[in-house]
Amino acid sequence: MNLLSNVVNFLNNYLYYIGAFGLVFIGLCIILIKRNLIKVIIGLSILDTGVNLFLISVGYISKGTAPIFSKPGLDSALMVDPVPQALVLTAIVIGVAVLALALSLAIRLYHHYGTLNLRKIKEQRW
Amino acid sequence: MMIFIVTILVILMLIAAISACIFRDLLSAVIAACVVSLIAAVLFYLLQAPDVAMAEAAIGAALVTAVFVIAIIRTKRHEE
Amino acid sequence: MRSIVSIILIGIIALGITLALIVIPFGEPRTEVGKYYIDKGIEDTGATNIVTSVVVNYRGFDTLGEVTILFIAAIGLGAVLATQKKRKLEKKVTPASLILYTGCRFLFPLILLFGAYIFIHGHLSPGGGFQGGAIIASAFVLIYLSCRGRRLPVALTKAIESLGGLVFIIVGLVGLSLGGYFLLNFLPKGVPNTLFSAGIIPIIYIAIGLKVGLELTGIIDNLVEESK
Repeated sequence: MNLLSNVVNFLNNYLYYIGAFGLVFIGLCIILIKRNLIKVIIGLSILDTGVNLFLISVGYISKGTAPIFSKPGLDSALMVDPVPQALVLTAIVIGVAVLALALSLAIRLYHHYGTLNLRKIKEQRW
Repeated sequence: MMIFIVTILVILMLIAAISACIFRDLLSAVIAACVVSLIAAVLFYLLQAPDVAMAEAAIGAALVTAVFVIAIIRTKRHEE
Repeated sequence: MRSIVSIILIGIIALGITLALIVIPFGEPRTEVGKYYIDKGIEDTGATNIVTSVVVNYRGFDTLGEVTILFIAAIGLGAVLATQKKRKLEKKVTPASLILYTGCRFLFPLILLFGAYIFIHGHLSPGGGFQGGAIIASAFVLIYLSCRGRRLPVALTKAIESLGGLVFIIVGLVGLSLGGYFLLNFLPKGVPNTLFSAGIIPIIYIAIGLKVGLELTGIIDNLVEESK
């Protein structure tokens, strides 16, 4: 029973951090190891999602609620921090803009070289 | 009690991210990345951020997947 | 060989990041700026959604930068994918099945209405311009799936999108000229929790919602053109 309460305590403190760091780690692995260009862009998208999850989990307050005054007299002492949410909203939209532009460049590269393998493109050169 | 459900969701998210690395068919890898985005949207809601959850579900899980699938149609489907 | 060295390097970096960031406690109240925005948010702006008042009123200039980045990405994509020869694509387009065709045409105005509801009520409930714009873009993706061979009227959507961006900048400049700073909230604040309240915030969010929705649709339209 002591082991169970220890595990629950550990999970309560570190669970969201483990999820966010895991996503960042896997995204970095995909970018460095894989050879296909579209796989690399998928890894970029996963890395982006991991960083956004980390930013939101830093702004969380225990037993807090969403920062919206739906009724006029709500208690404002236990509301979650609104500033990281505004920053992550911007970051998600910028992420999708970068991904769309990267995919258009990948399509152009395929039309020019005939392959999407990064080793072969480096060897061809012209 | 809620903490065990969240643990299962985080483990599913990490399994989906690893399988996006391992699959050789690019269409399956894109669907795995869509699952990562969707579970991240649920986690955003559980962290009391409904605006960010709505944005991630609409943009990350729907539009990014559509753009990827159209790009895969115009290039190759299988990683060589 | 290369992958083993990469994994070891990433392992060292991950260990460093974890040791540096693990001392951040989870779930403790931390910042003073957040407390100020929650306490004084309704008096200063009149919007009951505090995240909306942070995005549009307190940090409105960052939102202008974000809209600019999205605009540049859409133009860059259109410029990269433009082909020199305009081949007239008269291939045989296989029509969609009856269920898909009827269902998508039935759902299209409902989804547009839902997206418009979300960006009009951005200052009262969770939502806002970017979320509503993404929902409008996904309605147009449904039309591309079901009515194949049909394209967007490009001149009209580009005109509405540019109008949305201009409205944002003109509202900011009017605030500057009325004695104050760029994006001053100069309209009356009104009664909180009603539709016509919060000054210029609904006007900016309607402009952003239309602009982002039609921009994302334009991105998909540029990608779909001449695909096999």
